[in-house]
Amino acid sequence: MTDAAEPRGRIAPKLPDDDLPGAEDAGATPVKPTHPLVEFWRYFSENKGAVGGLFVVCALVLVAIFADVLAPYHPHEQYRDHFLQPPVWQEGGSFEFILGTDATGRDMLSRIMHGARFSLIIGVIVVTLSLSIGIALGLFAAFFRRFVDPMVMRLMDVILAIPSLLLALVMVAILGPGLVNVMIAVAVVYLPHFVRLSRASAVTELSRDYVTASRVSGAGLFRLMFVTVLPNCMPPLIVQGTLAFSTAVLDAAALGFLGMGAQPPTPEWGTMLADAREFILRAWWVVTFPGLAILVTVLAFNLMGDGLRDALDPKLKRS
Amino acid sequence: MLRFLLTRLGLLIPTFIGVTVISFTFIRLIPGDPVELLVGERGISPERHAKLMAQFGFDKPLWEQYLLFIYDLFQGDLGKSVVTKQPVIEEFFTLFPATLELSTCALIFAVAVGLPAGISAAVRRGSMLDHSVMATALTGYSMPIFWWGLLLIILFSGILGWTPVSGRIEVVYFFDQVTGFMLIDSLLSGQEGAFRSAVRHLILPSIVLGTIPLAVIARQTRSAMLEVLGEDYVRTARAKGLPPWRVVGLHALRNALITVVTVIGLQVGLLMAGAILTETIFAWPGVGKWLYDSISRRDYPSVQGGLLLIASLVMVVNLLVDVLYGLINPRIRHAR
Repeated sequence: MTDAAEPRGRIAPKLPDDDLPGAEDAGATPVKPTHPLVEFWRYFSENKGAVGGLFVVCALVLVAIFADVLAPYHPHEQYRDHFLQPPVWQEGGSFEFILGTDATGRDMLSRIMHGARFSLIIGVIVVTLSLSIGIALGLFAAFFRRFVDPMVMRLMDVILAIPSLLLALVMVAILGPGLVNVMIAVAVVYLPHFVRLSRASAVTELSRDYVTASRVSGAGLFRLMFVTVLPNCMPPLIVQGTLAFSTAVLDAAALGFLGMGAQPPTPEWGTMLADAREFILRAWWVVTFPGLAILVTVLAFNLMGDGLRDALDPKLKRS
Repeated sequence: MLRFLLTRLGLLIPTFIGVTVISFTFIRLIPGDPVELLVGERGISPERHAKLMAQFGFDKPLWEQYLLFIYDLFQGDLGKSVVTKQPVIEEFFTLFPATLELSTCALIFAVAVGLPAGISAAVRRGSMLDHSVMATALTGYSMPIFWWGLLLIILFSGILGWTPVSGRIEVVYFFDQVTGFMLIDSLLSGQEGAFRSAVRHLILPSIVLGTIPLAVIARQTRSAMLEVLGEDYVRTARAKGLPPWRVVGLHALRNALITVVTVIGLQVGLLMAGAILTETIFAWPGVGKWLYDSISRRDYPSVQGGLLLIASLVMVVNLLVDVLYGLINPRIRHAR
């Protein structure tokens, strides 16, 4: 990966060099260099679990996008003749409400389908926030080892010293409960992982010749940071991003469960579980399905993350 | 060794200062001033308001407040709870044994299951056993433990009726808290059935809290063992004709344990985070539930103190793990 990304010069002399990627049409080379994406898919698809995870993630994304069309009912609609109706396969259940209804007569299936939206949005926003701020801080720390580095790294140590859920809880207590504040809090909690990772890979890259070459030829600071160094630090960050996605979903659900996340009647899975707690011994389905949805989502992203690590980590690649 | 220790301690000091700054600023970041928060919706006269502000020292400049906070901290004074009017530090340490007991049992459960599972998965790499252990571990790692706890309650307390739903012991037993650990105290009390009751209360919360550490330990043990099993000295031991259990149990495991011990030590932060959820579900009277209740009751001095104490605890344990790692792995100790 690293080597393939290096020849990125703007000068493209017309040399009859058929070793260069993209020179396939010359027809002289017997072995075509494989496209990085093709190579990536070959390693990724070796891991059956990862492919399974990817399928589940795709299905979740589709459900989230088309929840309005797919869900049989509106997630807030209350059917007053059907309080705590069991799922279809149990006595008293009907095809009207396949996964049963909750204590206020709302359709479980519709609520869980709409819940996928919240979980995926939480994951996307948390990872985007954490990743972009983390990369910026990590790169600045790597480029300014004297002053920025110790400050940033000690700050990250402080964040790491406080158990993640506790810090997130306290931050939500300051900001006030709600979905947006949960996302901010969880993003801050995961910041150190991205900062440390991007700093560490940037520091290794900085000692490479191609960076020196770029520096000598007059590349500015931001060009060096984001165009020269960053692309070569991406693989571990992508893996960490996928894994952080799953923990973000998990932590946001935990905050929802503790009553600090999305507020009822929002069909967020953690919040749904909190509502269902008092019925656990009477109606198992109101507790089981939202949690199962969380587990499946988190598991799918973790499986995918493991596969990505195998495919992107050059150390693990078998030659 | 001394140098190694001093470097680690030196790194700890700025982190500790950072944690004090965070827990100090936290209470001041909440919208509205602290006295209004204390009195709640009852309202307060301006004179009384000014008097209370002066009493708590909120009228002083911020840096002076911070220095006072640090000064009090070194006196062991973390302020008083708004709700119970008890010193925060006293409340914390009254409840702490309950959390320690629960975390210890959870960790024992995690190690007792995770370590053998990881070892056997590594030894039989690629087998059905390996695949099922790893699949189970990944599921455990992805588990929303608050939901897991509810499921276990449905099954073991609801359907089977084997375990109680909440608390540390049945209310019929009453005895002095000598150590604060229910298992020990119930034995010391000599009351019939007390120990059994304490154990029955402890089982489900321990399983719930231990699930994620268990998954982490199993995964890490497997990868550490796989790495070690490929080393030359393991091949040599095999070539010498040593029985497999000796090769795995002595030559490989001892070296694999170096990383595994570190991983086990680093679970403390995870256990504290998990304790908030587990204790809330099982109404376990420990610091996790206390912190959550304090946050919901807006008892900010308690939250501030609890945050500081838990962060310090995590830092100290991480330091100990670091030192232990240096002790058992000479390569780290002599690296500098």
